[in-house]
Amino acid sequence: MSAFFAQGGYGAYVWGAYGLTLILLVGEVWQLRRQRRTILARLSRMVRLRTRGDQA
Amino acid sequence: MKLFRFSSPAAFYPLAGKLIPVFWVLAILALGIGLYWGLLETPDRLGGTNPQKEYYRIIFIHVPAAWLSMWLYLMLAVWSAIGLVFNTRLSFMMARATAPTGAIFTFLALVTGSIWGHPSWGTWWDWDPRLTSELILFFLYVGYLALNSAIDDHRRGDKASALLAIVGLVMLPIIFWSINCPDPNQCAALHQRSSLSQMEGNILFAMLIMTLGLWMYSFATTLTRLRSIILEREGDSTWARDILEKSA
Repeated sequence: MSAFFAQGGYGAYVWGAYGLTLILLVGEVWQLRRQRRTILARLSRMVRLRTRGDQA
Repeated sequence: MKLFRFSSPAAFYPLAGKLIPVFWVLAILALGIGLYWGLLETPDRLGGTNPQKEYYRIIFIHVPAAWLSMWLYLMLAVWSAIGLVFNTRLSFMMARATAPTGAIFTFLALVTGSIWGHPSWGTWWDWDPRLTSELILFFLYVGYLALNSAIDDHRRGDKASALLAIVGLVMLPIIFWSINCPDPNQCAALHQRSSLSQMEGNILFAMLIMTLGLWMYSFATTLTRLRSIILEREGDSTWARDILEKSA
């Protein structure tokens, strides 16, 4: 198991590359979720405002 | 024609919503198999007389990321061209949705290549033709995104940045042939010609399945971003309001 993490002494290179990839991909997915939530919240606020306007 | 039915954002929005989970399942499956195979089932040396040691395992990210950086740029340029020719707003949105994921893979190809270069070439960076042309591709992605968002009227921004994307297509053949150095006295290429058929079977399999996984990931994120762009631009239309009221 420790040999797996050592990668023949090149662990820092191998895991550095894989770790950076993981961070960027997770970051992209997180940003997409946040973007979608922000847009949906704004649109539903507009829908509420409009229906209130119709009743008045 | 039936095919053109999905060229309207109203029809494509729900279709993309159904496709995204499929792409996620395929991505996770392929990436799981690819990581397992690449890290555990591959020999710890690559190549014959001066073999690369364990650090070559960066290949399972580096090569798929580099391939995707070029394929996604091609998609960006093709959607841009379709948008300009047929004036279809969904094509421009597709292009805009593809660019950030393409930029991320270009950045990953550059940085993982740099990490790989240090132990194998003895340097983090060199102005090797392929490194240089891939760096320019990254600047093209960033330039496309900057130009697209710099113009407030997004119909005009789409057209201006589409032109930039099409002009930038010139980089793809340059990157592809940048390993062919016509005269070694005039230019030195660190990237060597490599042929897939000579690769060790386990390494090749892991590399291809990782490529498939990252392709599926790209489809999932691009379509997710596309749906957000559609809502952002057309959230005021009747069809979007219907969808929002149903889901609320």
